[in-house]
Amino acid sequence: MKKRKSKPGKLKDAQGEATRFGKRALAGFLLIALCLSGLAARFWFLQVTRHAEFAARSNSNRISVRSIPPTRGLIYDRNGVLLAENVAAFRLEVVPEQVQDMTTMLAALGHVIALSDDDIERFAALRKSKRAFDSIPLRLKLSEDEIARFSTQRWRFPGVDVVPYLTRAYPRGADFAHVIGYVGRIDAADATTLDADLYAGTTQIGKTGIERSYESELHGRPGYEQVEVNVDKRVIGKPISRVAPTPGKNLYLSIDARLQRAAQDALAGRPGAVVAIDPRNGEVLALASAPSFDPNLFVNGIAHADYAALLNNADKPLLNRAIAGGFTPGSTVKPYLGLGGLELGLRKPQDTVLSTGEFFIPGQSRGYRDDVRGGQGLVNLRQAIARSVNTYFYSLALDMGIDRFSAWMANFGFGKPTGIDLPGEAAGVLPSKAWKRGRFNQPFYPGETVIAGIGQGYWVITPVQLANALATLADGGVRRVPHLLHALQDGLNAPRVAVSQAKPAPNFIRNPANWDAVRQGMIDVVNDPSGTAHGLGDGFPFVIAGKTGTAERFSRTGEEWTNIATSAISRHEVLFEAFTPADAPRVAVVVALKEGRSGAYDAAPIARRILDAWLKDDGGSDTP
Amino acid sequence: MNPFLHLRAWLRRALREPRLDLPLLGALIALALIGLITLYSASDLDRRLVLNQALRFALGGVLLLLLARVPPNVLRNWTPWLYLGSLALLVAVALHGQGRGADRWLNLGVVRFQPSELVKLTLPMMIAWYLHARELPPRWLTLGAVAMLIGAPALLIARQPDLGTALLVVASGVFAVFLAGLAWWRIFILLGAAAGAAPLLWHFMHEYQRDRLRMFLNPEADPLGNGWHIIQSEIAVGSGGITGKGWHQGTQSRLEFLPEHTTDFVFAVFSEEWGLIGVIALLALYLFIVGRGLVIAANARDTYSRLLAGSISMAFFVYVMVNGGMITGLLPVVGVPLPLVSYGGTSAVSLLAGFGVLMSIHAHRKFMSG
Repeated sequence: MKKRKSKPGKLKDAQGEATRFGKRALAGFLLIALCLSGLAARFWFLQVTRHAEFAARSNSNRISVRSIPPTRGLIYDRNGVLLAENVAAFRLEVVPEQVQDMTTMLAALGHVIALSDDDIERFAALRKSKRAFDSIPLRLKLSEDEIARFSTQRWRFPGVDVVPYLTRAYPRGADFAHVIGYVGRIDAADATTLDADLYAGTTQIGKTGIERSYESELHGRPGYEQVEVNVDKRVIGKPISRVAPTPGKNLYLSIDARLQRAAQDALAGRPGAVVAIDPRNGEVLALASAPSFDPNLFVNGIAHADYAALLNNADKPLLNRAIAGGFTPGSTVKPYLGLGGLELGLRKPQDTVLSTGEFFIPGQSRGYRDDVRGGQGLVNLRQAIARSVNTYFYSLALDMGIDRFSAWMANFGFGKPTGIDLPGEAAGVLPSKAWKRGRFNQPFYPGETVIAGIGQGYWVITPVQLANALATLADGGVRRVPHLLHALQDGLNAPRVAVSQAKPAPNFIRNPANWDAVRQGMIDVVNDPSGTAHGLGDGFPFVIAGKTGTAERFSRTGEEWTNIATSAISRHEVLFEAFTPADAPRVAVVVALKEGRSGAYDAAPIARRILDAWLKDDGGSDTP
Repeated sequence: MNPFLHLRAWLRRALREPRLDLPLLGALIALALIGLITLYSASDLDRRLVLNQALRFALGGVLLLLLARVPPNVLRNWTPWLYLGSLALLVAVALHGQGRGADRWLNLGVVRFQPSELVKLTLPMMIAWYLHARELPPRWLTLGAVAMLIGAPALLIARQPDLGTALLVVASGVFAVFLAGLAWWRIFILLGAAAGAAPLLWHFMHEYQRDRLRMFLNPEADPLGNGWHIIQSEIAVGSGGITGKGWHQGTQSRLEFLPEHTTDFVFAVFSEEWGLIGVIALLALYLFIVGRGLVIAANARDTYSRLLAGSISMAFFVYVMVNGGMITGLLPVVGVPLPLVSYGGTSAVSLLAGFGVLMSIHAHRKFMSG
């Protein structure tokens, strides 16, 4: 075939081939030009028609917005004493991709700087959620010693660095643990409720106390930084633009740090609480719960062992007894009930009741005992309060009936949270038909009404509730919402702006003379030789009015009323409430202890120490 | 005589000599410079990489000058042996090849070397050699023989697997037949048959090649997986706009969103930084080179030279089209470099060698004694 085609004689048409080639080359060139024009059209389509879209996508590829967390606001007491601050601290950070063998490195590092199992566990957990080139905290709050030791050996640990950061610190430690609370790491539960934009970059959030209730004021607004990132989201070069964060507001509390210190001091770790309120405005001057704990432990993540110790402590240091501790009020409710007898027209101040040592409901054989065997004879309201005569209040409660009783007592705020600006407040129990129906689905028996009259039975109060009731009484019947926040401040040099408080409830005492009669009884408690806490006001420049309470911690399922004289000391909850000056009250204090001999013996002296501290500090002045 | 002056005299003579086509040479040098400047930016100012590429250009340039001095007659006489030799190397690669991902490389001890690059030159030579002796335009029987000559190396390359090179090899052979004057009706019948055989091709493809084809048809279906390359490349091109972001200002490549930004996707970097204006200028330069090559072919002395020069020139266009189509999402992802711009040694060297052959054909053109 080859041979046949190229046999001689049949000459190839060289000229024709060249011409044909020329045509084909031209056709080929035109085809190519057409194709390249098509390609150019495609470029036109991408670079002109769809340019805006791709430019935007290119920018969203390369620009990443990083938030800059704001500085948390500071917390001060009413006199400007710093209670919560941000301190510069140093932490150890590790960039995993720069470490060759993590296990060996951590073991070696552990000889230089103490690393607990908690630290290593937390580090391992964080590592999973971060990228290899991210710097991950390993140990927080290094001591100066540790920093010095690490600095000399730093060359041994590539990828490990000491980095400064701001951390929350509570200089007053345990004194304010139950008021300020503490911040902690944002956990999964917080994350679901948070505004992610606001908290981008923030690692800590108020967990309890003021830190939690005023989280939004304290936190501030984050700033933003536009940075250029590569495909791995690693930041390249300097920020493109920056919006500075707005720091959180500084808080000024109505608390007086010295009063608070005195309260914690006086409690001396005995399980109990102290609440002091200015009855004129509802400002909380002291709010102490014992035993307390060091809130600084929680800030950078509490160690398992420390947390277990707090949880397993039988005295429950984590429980804020001032607002969530339930106490049986005992005789401390008597002044409120006595005032009710007068206001509702059931008694006149001079009306007397015969105390025989035992009180009987007509037609029933069970006796309800007085504190004093054989009774205290004929007593009027003033004497009944001063000497804490049960019979007077048994009969008054019975005459009043449970419905009027609960309605009247509700005026003072019993049975409901006071609304103080702290999270976790308990409601307590004000005995009532409705409450018992709801709780036990049973009717209210007269015997229960009788013991409710001396603050026993179903009664449960919290110290802040009793303190607010006392402040309401002291201010002549005006109930306010107790509060800790006094003023806000935008930055260190800005003026303090007082926060407006909720409007007080209208005065519910119709006859000031009635209130005066009750007050006289409370003055006698402290100042009359027959008073249950007489001698307490000795040497105090103002007249103190008060009332003791010694409650049985008996089972509420029975109606049996056992004599306190035969009870073990530890079976009493003891309380004392006092306000001063008696004629124009400026402070109302409640002391409640889980265990004690009697209100007068254990609780009253604590109240006196607080009043002494108040006197030194604030007693002379009228305004904070 | 001073060796430097000696070299200078030689260079002057080499450039003045009519064997080198100055417009083509100028266009190639311009293209190589554009390539180096683009690579310097795409590699994020990596001088070593640019120097490497410049060395390859130098090597290719030397090869170009050497081949320009080999008369086409000599080449023609050697053609069957060169073809068979390159085929043998392909078989050797199939048996002992090494390389990442695909077995394309033959290690010759000193240099590693891709025999498929050699075939890009020897195959059009072989087709030209074969058709040179036939009666043209070719008929079915001739076509059948040509198909076998193309098919043998193409199949060996395709199963390496290197679809891109196989495509270029096939294209250079097909262009030779086209330029030989294959009747249009035969062309349409062949095109129809090829369309009918397309599903068969699918059957022979590797899974990764099928994935690329699927991604090409719908890149947004898997924006973080296989479609990523296409999408990021389109973003790079589109965000360049008319005037471009400026040299070394292309964020898509600098921040590594663009994959393979010094090799297969370097055109996207160029488009991002120089915009539509730069793209059109570059495409015009390519078109000029192809056109100049075809002019040289048209003026060639004999059929062998014509067909060889023509198919080398038209195959050059295929590189540009396939690469440009890929980075703009017009064609599926096939590993074809942008000629003389993409980083990579063998393709630059073999391309310049091809232009050396063109220069030689130019030197021995019609109406020239020689």
